[in-house]
Amino acid sequence: MSKNNLTRRGVLKSGAGIGAGVALPTIFTASSAGAFTNEPTGNTVTLGFNVPQSGPYADEGADELRAYELAVEHLNGGGDGGMLNTFSSKVLDGTGILGKKVEYVTGDTQTKSDAARASAQSMIQKDGAIMITGGSSSGVAVAVQGLCQEAGVIFMAGLTHSNDTTGKDKKANGFRHFFNAYMSAAALAPVLKNLYGDDRKAYHLTADYTWGWTQQESIAAATEAMGWETVNNVLTPLAQTDFSSYIAPVLDSGADVLVLNHYGGNMVNSLTNAVQFGLRNKQVNGKNFEIVVPLFSRLMARGAGENIKGIVGSTNWHWSLQDEGSKAFVKSFGTKYGFPPSQAAHTCYVQTLLYADAVTRAKSFNPCDVVAALEGFEFDGMGNGPTLYRAEDHQCFKDVLVVKGKENPTSEFDLLEVVEVTPAAQVTYPADHPMFAGGNLGTCNPGA
Amino acid sequence: MFGLEKKDLNLLIIVALLTMLAPFILNPFPTDSALAQFNAGYPDLMQRFVIYGIFAIGFNILFGLTGYLSFGHAAFLGVGSYSAVWMFKLLSMNVLPALVLSVIIAGAFSWLIGFISLRRTGIYFSILTLAFAQMSFALAYSVLTPITNGETGLQITLDDPRILGMSATADGSIPVTNIFGLEMRAATDLVIGPWSFTFSVGYYLCALVMLVAFYLSIRIFRSPFGMMLRAIKSNQTRMNYTGLNPKPYTLAAFVISGMYAGLAGGLLACMDPLAGAERMQWTASGEVVLMTILGGAGTLIGPVLGAGMIKYFENIFSKINEATLHSWFDVLPDPMENGLVWVLEHFVGAGWHLTLGVIFMLVVTFLPGGLVEGGQRIGRLFNRTKAAKDDESAATKPAE
Repeated sequence: MSKNNLTRRGVLKSGAGIGAGVALPTIFTASSAGAFTNEPTGNTVTLGFNVPQSGPYADEGADELRAYELAVEHLNGGGDGGMLNTFSSKVLDGTGILGKKVEYVTGDTQTKSDAARASAQSMIQKDGAIMITGGSSSGVAVAVQGLCQEAGVIFMAGLTHSNDTTGKDKKANGFRHFFNAYMSAAALAPVLKNLYGDDRKAYHLTADYTWGWTQQESIAAATEAMGWETVNNVLTPLAQTDFSSYIAPVLDSGADVLVLNHYGGNMVNSLTNAVQFGLRNKQVNGKNFEIVVPLFSRLMARGAGENIKGIVGSTNWHWSLQDEGSKAFVKSFGTKYGFPPSQAAHTCYVQTLLYADAVTRAKSFNPCDVVAALEGFEFDGMGNGPTLYRAEDHQCFKDVLVVKGKENPTSEFDLLEVVEVTPAAQVTYPADHPMFAGGNLGTCNPGA
Repeated sequence: MFGLEKKDLNLLIIVALLTMLAPFILNPFPTDSALAQFNAGYPDLMQRFVIYGIFAIGFNILFGLTGYLSFGHAAFLGVGSYSAVWMFKLLSMNVLPALVLSVIIAGAFSWLIGFISLRRTGIYFSILTLAFAQMSFALAYSVLTPITNGETGLQITLDDPRILGMSATADGSIPVTNIFGLEMRAATDLVIGPWSFTFSVGYYLCALVMLVAFYLSIRIFRSPFGMMLRAIKSNQTRMNYTGLNPKPYTLAAFVISGMYAGLAGGLLACMDPLAGAERMQWTASGEVVLMTILGGAGTLIGPVLGAGMIKYFENIFSKINEATLHSWFDVLPDPMENGLVWVLEHFVGAGWHLTLGVIFMLVVTFLPGGLVEGGQRIGRLFNRTKAAKDDESAATKPAE
């Protein structure tokens, strides 16, 4: 029989008990606090791989995860070493990072800022991750980068192409290897001029978030500078799967070029819709109607199938590149998984090695030492030629590829051909460029 | 004490103990053991438990008592978050003004939506609220981008005015949310042998707010007002005939639950100053319905349990990947290991929805009263005499 009489004395007693229990931990704080957040104390170090496993960018996420696993394998001395052999910095020797074996945790960003931050939080708070990397959407990358800045861990951005990631929303603890919308536009504009002339009318369909906005702005600015006219810009929701209603008005607008500022599943669907509507067989203003997809990847090309043939866009990296770094990476990725890596896989793999290298050179996991080691770091042998991690905005500057959908692919992976390699100098911009204004790196935050 | 009957007071004390000792209860496994994967005692997740608990408690005041099924409650959660973040941007990083504003704005917003939606009952009411929520989502997602920053989500930046605080700290970083100087993310670790427990300011603030919310909900459940709401659920026509106008009561319940949702949204923003439009999406509205039904609609503690369960699955099961599974079944022979992993991997990681779906189906089929009914059945198994004493008010009834 339960009979609990609540007495004043009883309440006071239990209250005091709970109070003492809650106050107790303060005694232990001094001893357990590290010099910085998640300082690795054992013989392992944990990295957090936060990628979209569901949503419109799930394909990219899956490929990113493969690349991360490969990078961890190489860092721990497994496999054939991949790019460790071609990387210009030679401090990584396959014994983990600073002698600590690399372990990792994974999470699903769901391509939603909220979910991505929750996932990153749990990696930092529960799993003790010292570095977070990943993301296949600039919205998510910006959100997670902000979180990492607050928590005091390093964020190595994966696939994020918005100008804002290293512009208006740049953070001292965040680094981006991938190129950005401005670079795409700077590389594409001359090629477009050669192919399609300088008196075109462009109609933009744009994914409605930070990446779409900045890419549209960059492409419009670059094409208008060479004489094109921007007829209209229509924003489409990221979750949209059917773009028919957006394609129909294009024909009536008098435009003769359609620019699809879409990525991943969005682009596959919008391009397919556009081709189904017969846009590519149309003649407008006495010229062939053309479609441009400024940011391209092989995964998207595969999704779009036949429709991709002859479409021009830019990409960060392609597996058919013949430099030593690319060949080594394609070889070890292909051996492990049986197919060539995507540009998302490449940038994520490189980011992981760059982080490991920076820690090793700094001889410390402290985020502030890592930031100092990465800022202004020049390297080569990672597939894009000589590359600089600029200190002012933590953006990598390297060659950009302009690609075209192959007319006669020889295999299901051989879908893109490189039209031009735009040298880094042509896509470099001053750190205070108006499209990147309004941000501030702040200072590095080591947390705790 | 507190104007509560002994039974309710015991429940409140149990909930208080559970929330205050959560860092211990949710971290039962040593940090280095393989089972540490299932530990949920880290601040971010514990905060989510109690915040979504508040959300579900509020939803239960409407759904559990009046039987009006709102499919648009996420809109109020989102509005609360946006209000709070705007307070952080404009006023200061203190959480109190942010919470106050989020409750007020969410209350006003729910009054507006409730006023229109409550002209209809049943499925029409549900559809109306769903329509309003989706409209709010679309507004936040694209139309109101200057206020909400669209898909990217509203964030605090270094150049926000923060007229009562500071735009940036001395070392050039964004100030963090605090309550009178006590930072939300401040935490202390207690290490006992192989165990490690984390106590964070943010969690305890959320827990205290939830206790107050829970207490208020008990008072509402036991008040004449609560009785009136139950009358609406059991037979609204009869109420009309006796000369009572149910509309003010339902509207009040709707606004109260909207304010609870706003409070939850505000707290989410206080713990992590970011507000995204996806918080208002219909899936988020559906989630709170699931929480309430999973835990037990119309019961006091049910929604909190349901919220905890769903958030646990979302955050713990989604983190188990193939490699983790392989490490668990390492001892088995290879073909068996691969087979087992192949089956299980569909239920963890990105497939956590599947696991949750199966559990939800089982609960609704075999325990229509939710987890609370499960608890009661187990309790009765061990203590038959006590079962006879269960009074009417505590017995669970499935949602109508």
